[in-house]
Amino acid sequence: MNNLQKLAQEVRRQIIEAIFLAGSGHPGGSLSSTDLLVGLYFGGVMSKEDKFVLSAGHLCPAWYAVLLQKSGENGKKEKNLRKLGSPFQGHPYKKFASFVETSTGSLGQGISVGLGIALGKKMEKKPGLVWVLSSDGEQEEGQVWEAAMFSAKLKLDNLCLIIDRNGMQIGGKTEEITQLDPLKDKYEAFGWRVLEINGHDLGQIINAYEMVKKYNDAPVVIIAKTIRGKGVAFMENQERYHAGTLTQEEYQKAIKELTC
Amino acid sequence: MVELAKTNPRVLALTADLESSLRLTGFKQEFPDRFFNLGVAEQNLVGVAVGLALEDFIPFCASFGVFLPGRCFDQIRVSVCQNKANVKLVGGHSGFSNSGDGASAQAVEDLGLMRGLPEMAILSPFDGEETGKLVELAAKQKGPVYLRISKSEVPLKVGKERDWRIGGSRVLQGGKDLTILSHGPILGEVLRSVGSSQLSASSLEVIDAYSIKPLDREAILKSAAKTGKVLVVEEHSIYGGLGSAVAELLSQEYPLPVKILAIPDVFGESARSRQELLEKFGLNTNNITKTIKKLVS
Repeated sequence: MNNLQKLAQEVRRQIIEAIFLAGSGHPGGSLSSTDLLVGLYFGGVMSKEDKFVLSAGHLCPAWYAVLLQKSGENGKKEKNLRKLGSPFQGHPYKKFASFVETSTGSLGQGISVGLGIALGKKMEKKPGLVWVLSSDGEQEEGQVWEAAMFSAKLKLDNLCLIIDRNGMQIGGKTEEITQLDPLKDKYEAFGWRVLEINGHDLGQIINAYEMVKKYNDAPVVIIAKTIRGKGVAFMENQERYHAGTLTQEEYQKAIKELTC
Repeated sequence: MVELAKTNPRVLALTADLESSLRLTGFKQEFPDRFFNLGVAEQNLVGVAVGLALEDFIPFCASFGVFLPGRCFDQIRVSVCQNKANVKLVGGHSGFSNSGDGASAQAVEDLGLMRGLPEMAILSPFDGEETGKLVELAAKQKGPVYLRISKSEVPLKVGKERDWRIGGSRVLQGGKDLTILSHGPILGEVLRSVGSSQLSASSLEVIDAYSIKPLDREAILKSAAKTGKVLVVEEHSIYGGLGSAVAELLSQEYPLPVKILAIPDVFGESARSRQELLEKFGLNTNNITKTIKKLVS
């Protein structure tokens, strides 16, 4: 296990700890998107001019854990998830946390806001990319496709959408609910550059992020195939772990697996 | 908008394919790099405006009130208000000003939607001159503003006002027997009704409550205490508009009966003119005059 993989495991441990203590949260998507976030924040990819938008706001336990690792404040602060007055709100809320670029939690909205930031940067010829993390369930929101059309029209090559394609949503498997596939073809038809990767292979993840910087004619989407609940065997691909409370037994079992 | 944009380079105009209906062509011609037509996609329009505001621009988004705020309430709630984003929302064709297009095109409940949102300020101008002042005021305000506009013709000109402010109002006529509060183009009908009521000039106090939220509490309480009777006239549903706001204020701070002349709990419908709809729903000059006389006697 290399250093980034170790870090990802520690982030996963923090996520379980935070959600258990909070009494509620979204472990499934937080665990599936962990490697994508670790790669982005620790893979030497982001510059200080870059902006990050967590459009799938419910994945915030993973994002908070990564930010705390980055600032070296991990260990205690993640325990404040969902506490009254805490900056670590159940979904990112700017009023409580200056590190939040835009408040999210209602799906589909962060992509448009990311588009607006990317456009603002272009208008003023400012450097830096806008990274937007989305989920596959979020792709069902019509607003996503409104944003997809307009970013392609503007050729916003400073906009990168990352889709955590874990294949599941609240009600079950995405493909049993509506037809998302062929997602790659859809984005290509909408005028985007598309990269498909294994969202748990940190090498592939970081390579894809580096590729994004090389494109200069269109917005880029990275469709990252992942496993819901990744890293905790009994949670993987289970409907039960989209959102909810973790029992003492589940918590201990998960922590044991993530500390070995 | 054009005048504002000349002095403030951060001002942008965004629309969801209603450039000509909302008279934005002049802006587009003068400032092509600061004008964006995002297509028929109001939800994305709001989100993009928020992103631009986060980059320190002052985006004015314009569409019809039924779509903005009507179609994108949640985008306004989360992306605009929960960011306290410096976005200005302009909803046109409010009330019955678009008489022909019927129920789907007539915004009669937009104030109710916007009043419930923390951080949101709401302005409703009476005529073209006031619209200009309130656009200027909206640009100065740091945070979300909803401007409710209309395409109704307003032939009357009313006195000069210097003290425009968020949370302000202006007294168009002072009086001691009845306070009449109104906003937007229907104020034209109110002023005509006051004129034809044959009551003495010192009887009726007419207040243009152009700031629906925050309300000019002080001015309204002061006037109500003086006259002891309040009438609200508005081209909006009886639920959620200025009438509700005034009733909420007075019932808690200075209880007294409030009469609300507004659109009953129904959607609009097609008509060949706005006048026909005002008559159907009791907002025409005759009915306003009758109500005033009844309240004063």
